Amino acid sequence: MAENGHKEHPKYMNIFWWLLALTIIEVAVAIPEYSIVLKAILLIGLACSKAALVAIYFMHLKFERKTLAAIVITPFLICVFLVIMLMPDLTLDTRLDGIEKPAAEVVDTSVH
Amino acid sequence: MEHATTLDHTEDVYEPSLTPDSLGKLGMWIFLVGDTMSFGALLAVYAALRAGAGVVGWAPPDAILGINLTAFMTFLLICSSVTMVKALESIQNANVSRMCLFLGLTIAGGVIFLGLQAYEWYQLIHHGLTLTGIPDHGSYGALKGQAISGSTLFGPTFYAITGFHGMHVTGGVIYLIVILIHGLRGRYTAEFNHEVEIVGLYWHFVDLIWIMVFTFIYLL
Repeated sequence: MAENGHKEHPKYMNIFWWLLALTIIEVAVAIPEYSIVLKAILLIGLACSKAALVAIYFMHLKFERKTLAAIVITPFLICVFLVIMLMPDLTLDTRLDGIEKPAAEVVDTSVH
Repeated sequence: MEHATTLDHTEDVYEPSLTPDSLGKLGMWIFLVGDTMSFGALLAVYAALRAGAGVVGWAPPDAILGINLTAFMTFLLICSSVTMVKALESIQNANVSRMCLFLGLTIAGGVIFLGLQAYEWYQLIHHGLTLTGIPDHGSYGALKGQAISGSTLFGPTFYAITGFHGMHVTGGVIYLIVILIHGLRGRYTAEFNHEVEIVGLYWHFVDLIWIMVFTFIYLL
């Protein structure tokens, strides 16, 4: 009891209200039509803040050693890097524009 | 004699664990870090396929996927995360029955989530979103009833990502039921409750991933 008792626990309900508010803002931001780039920046920012709230408070990352937090952040950074590495593929279609695509093969089913 | 003291000294020197209170917690964190990469890869491929759809284009997600239901599903998972932390808080205060109640609520949240996802998939398949095709007409939003077109990769990427997440929720519900049974048998006390914290880590991770999936697949 004493071991766990001294651990400071955040006010979980406050985190819940924050998450709820951010979700409502997210949906409100997503529905109207405007610049997709601005929308993407806003939505990714909001999603990352929500994810951070969950990790820091619900998963108690704030109360763990800093090294663990560093390990946990790494795959998220690698995922961002992964998207950057895929960038050449994203523009593949435009590079293939000049090449004529083979016509779909017609399968003759009337054998007899 | 001198040799003996050297030996004692080396025995005293140990590397402190990253999670001194429970090695299981470290194990779960390492699993979650690897799992992040699985979801990261799926979402990155989704981004690549969508951006690379080229002339065929990508059908607007808000015309095919209903946001209202999934926004409620997001709300539900956030609620079940809160009941999960409440369950841990209860057992740390030595309240076993309260912990079992909150674990039960968390399981209920997960089961309802899965039910809604099954309903959503049923509706989408009914509207024509399959592994090989997308609906001819928008089902929701401004494009409702209007003709839509786009890459047929919409279906496979959608079902792969939400399905992979749904499998995680299914696994989480089973995991939570096992912990609840242990709890009902009186396994956990104010001193011994790491297993509850570890199942919590997994459950919050599933919630965290859904926040990402909801944003990238449904809203963007």
